[in-house]
Amino acid sequence: MYAFEIERPTTLDAAKAAIADGGQALSGGQTLIPTLKARLAMPEKLVSLHSIAELKGVSTDGEGRICIKGATVHRTVGDEAGAYPALASVAARIGDPAVRNRGTIGGSLANNDPSACYPAAALGSGATICTDRREIAADDYFKGMFTTALAEGEIVTEVKFPVPEVAAYEKFIQPASRFPLVAVFVAKFADGVRVAITGASETGVFRWAEAEKALSDNFTPEALEGLKMDPDHMIADLHGDKAYRAHLCAVMTKRAVKNAK
Amino acid sequence: MKVTMKVNGRAVSGEVEGRTLLVDFLRNDLRLTGTHVGCDTSQCGACTVHVDGKQVKSCTMFAAEADGAEVATIEGVAAPDGTLSSIQQAFQDHHGLQCGFCTPGMVMAAASLLKDNPKPTEAEVRHHLDGNICRCTGYHNIVKAIMAASGQEMPAMAAE
Repeated sequence: MYAFEIERPTTLDAAKAAIADGGQALSGGQTLIPTLKARLAMPEKLVSLHSIAELKGVSTDGEGRICIKGATVHRTVGDEAGAYPALASVAARIGDPAVRNRGTIGGSLANNDPSACYPAAALGSGATICTDRREIAADDYFKGMFTTALAEGEIVTEVKFPVPEVAAYEKFIQPASRFPLVAVFVAKFADGVRVAITGASETGVFRWAEAEKALSDNFTPEALEGLKMDPDHMIADLHGDKAYRAHLCAVMTKRAVKNAK
Repeated sequence: MKVTMKVNGRAVSGEVEGRTLLVDFLRNDLRLTGTHVGCDTSQCGACTVHVDGKQVKSCTMFAAEADGAEVATIEGVAAPDGTLSSIQQAFQDHHGLQCGFCTPGMVMAAASLLKDNPKPTEAEVRHHLDGNICRCTGYHNIVKAIMAASGQEMPAMAAE
């Protein structure tokens, strides 16, 4: 690997200063370190968020939302977010056990891989992404493949998830990478249903409006009969063409509705 | 920069660069070469070690990030007199390895599983090994060994 420095601040303020000074935030590193090895990114200084206690933990706020600090690893969310079972289940199935012990929610959302799991959970839940400078609604946060509303150097400090009546995350994994080929997060709230799909689209995670409307009227798999995803914006690669991914969108949405709890 | 950590219970320190991976510190500086580098892209799990009791891929963590941590590697698994741990013995008894390259990572992953879940089901064992790749065994005897190490008999399998 090329040469760079690492700083390990223990407070958010110190991390902000180091990042403002030209550093790149390093959270769990499960994506960033392979990226550095491939020299797809070449920052001169990394600022590890791993030693910042105020960026870790799972709690419930006054509105009943599950609040996860940005540098909380997937394993902790899987173990401690049981008040929102579908969210805990998302975290407990990301990658593999070693990745879940290092990878973080803030890192996943900041990277916004088009096949990542957390973007589907955040968008499907209508979560709020809190940073060191503002709060961003999930609907305004995801801006396309590997692109978010975050400004240069902005740090995800916390993510707040409203807890739906029922929800589920169903993923069809690509067996080599363990990333979703297509995965669907469905959440039923008192005022309507949200459906977020990852892995499928060239524009990254997105909401399936037609399915949301059908499910808001009738939350059963049958309500989705006849609904077809437009294959036009689907990803096509050696693992599956556009029509295949479009088909999987409908299949996985049905499964999520069936298994929602 | 200087890093200090405990590796297999022994306090160690060394000079590392920012880019030094934990696995390179273990192998090159400490000469603990039991931890293997297979893919170097965080997929194969041959480099699995425990950091503060949690299994991680040491090719996807910097040595600097392990400063102050307790690290456990395959070298610390057997007793000082060479007696194999129950997991290692089970791998030997059930032929859970062929070339052996993935075995250090498999054993460390298995130890992590059995610490949290002493009596896993076969499905839980297989799920836990998602991030550990073996190109020889077809996994069957690895799963069998881990089930045996947990004191459970392997149920008859469709493959048999």
